[in-house]
Amino acid sequence: MKTKSNIERILESGGFVVTSECGPPRGADSEVIRKKGNLLKGIVDAVNVTDNQTSVVRMSSFSSCIILKEMGFDPILQMVCRDRNRIAIQSDILGAGALGINNILCLSGDHQKFGDHPRAKNVFDIDSVQLIHTVKTLRDDGKFLGGEEVKGKPILFIGAAENPFADPFEIRAARLGKKVKAGCEFIQTQCIYNIERFVKWMEMVRERGLHERCAILAGVTPFKSVGMAKYMKNSVPGMDVPDEMIERMRGVPKEKQSEEGIKICVETIQKVREIPGVRGIHIMAIEWEEKVAEIAKAAGLLPRPQIA
Amino acid sequence: MIVANRKTLEEILGMLKPYKKVLLLGCNECVTVCAVGGEREVGVLASEIRLARAKEGQEIEVKEQTLERQCDHEYIDQVRPFVGDYEVILSIACGAGIQYVAEKYRTKIVLPAVNTTFLGVTLEQGVWSERCQGCGECVLHMTGGVCPIARCAKSLLNGPCGGSSNGKCEVDKDTDCGWQLIVDRLKELGQLDKYEEIIPVKDWTSSRDGGPRKRIREDLRL
Repeated sequence: MKTKSNIERILESGGFVVTSECGPPRGADSEVIRKKGNLLKGIVDAVNVTDNQTSVVRMSSFSSCIILKEMGFDPILQMVCRDRNRIAIQSDILGAGALGINNILCLSGDHQKFGDHPRAKNVFDIDSVQLIHTVKTLRDDGKFLGGEEVKGKPILFIGAAENPFADPFEIRAARLGKKVKAGCEFIQTQCIYNIERFVKWMEMVRERGLHERCAILAGVTPFKSVGMAKYMKNSVPGMDVPDEMIERMRGVPKEKQSEEGIKICVETIQKVREIPGVRGIHIMAIEWEEKVAEIAKAAGLLPRPQIA
Repeated sequence: MIVANRKTLEEILGMLKPYKKVLLLGCNECVTVCAVGGEREVGVLASEIRLARAKEGQEIEVKEQTLERQCDHEYIDQVRPFVGDYEVILSIACGAGIQYVAEKYRTKIVLPAVNTTFLGVTLEQGVWSERCQGCGECVLHMTGGVCPIARCAKSLLNGPCGGSSNGKCEVDKDTDCGWQLIVDRLKELGQLDKYEEIIPVKDWTSSRDGGPRKRIREDLRL
């Protein structure tokens, strides 16, 4: 084992990983994170905290990770390239290492136009592939990007995201290849609705042998309503929601829709875990964290192995 | 060329409020090509200003002059004989030209009539599109002739991001995804293997980030 990450530990033992995420509040109230954490106790092996997702200012991922760590979770620090340059990034990675955060998820970051501060300057000093390389260089080579020695290496398990549903499809496995080459050890995919396309992507990934070098955790998100399904289909970039799924949600009376959404989510989990190369599930129940336990239970993912 | 947009007449009139004698300077190069600051536009703006002032019952004298360009001494020097007759200079050149005029005529207030935006090309009459950010470290040979710094909204060197959809960028449905363009070109050129290479972190010192830039050719100096 390279790190103290619970994800790494479970993967090494040949187990199936379950992760989920907590969205921090739009304020300084730490109770929000604690409440969300409580909903996930015993349900997940590790938990992401998003980093100003969709460029909306929220309590930082870093601080929320500390709160969750204090509650006994193994947090995953999400870090985007939009808001920080390589100096701040390396600084935060050192801080994460110092405070015992064992996992990092390296992301590009949504463009600031989606958020509440569209007039802000963006940074993008480095990109997500280079960020993966940065963490690896700090951890394994004990060197900063500038080449100088790190006195006290930060030990984090390196993750990233990949989107099998974004274009151009033909290079999406190659892009994962670049991330793995740079040092990525696990990825969480964008949420899956088009299983056929995901299966194809996994084929391409296996052809390159990437599934053996990097653990792929399949992302899922339950629909709360047909409205949400339509919104995700039409207004969220890189999202692929097949028409059949919209029809299925529409075919159910309003008060039964959330139940149907959860059913679809559970079925998706059951289907994707059969695909060779899938080493776990990442459940993203955005602002619906209370349903994660139900989904995990129904999909047969519980109980989770105890955190060492 | 450098592409700029004319500021609104409202904003320009606001800047000109205290003044009665204005020297309006156009430029025959980039801003002429993007139809914002050439001789014709100088004429149009001058008329608009006079008309607006007349409506308020006020007078204004606007002298129209279009220089070959405003980024070289010799052309800016051409207005020296009469620049003293005017209270203020209103320039429709790009930001570089406007500043150079201000540097040359230090006792004159120089006002910008345009918002200078990008280095770009003419797609068709009336449509200009950004192509270059002047980063100072060109990688076009690695990306099939398409710039990841200027044409990717996130300037990713190892793109695309997860927001690329149907060849379009997540920031705007009319904006091409720079990395889709790069992948398409690499395919057409039989260079898709270049995509597999990780492009390392950029050295931004040659860009704006390194500080205001200067280029000296000793061999050309007198």
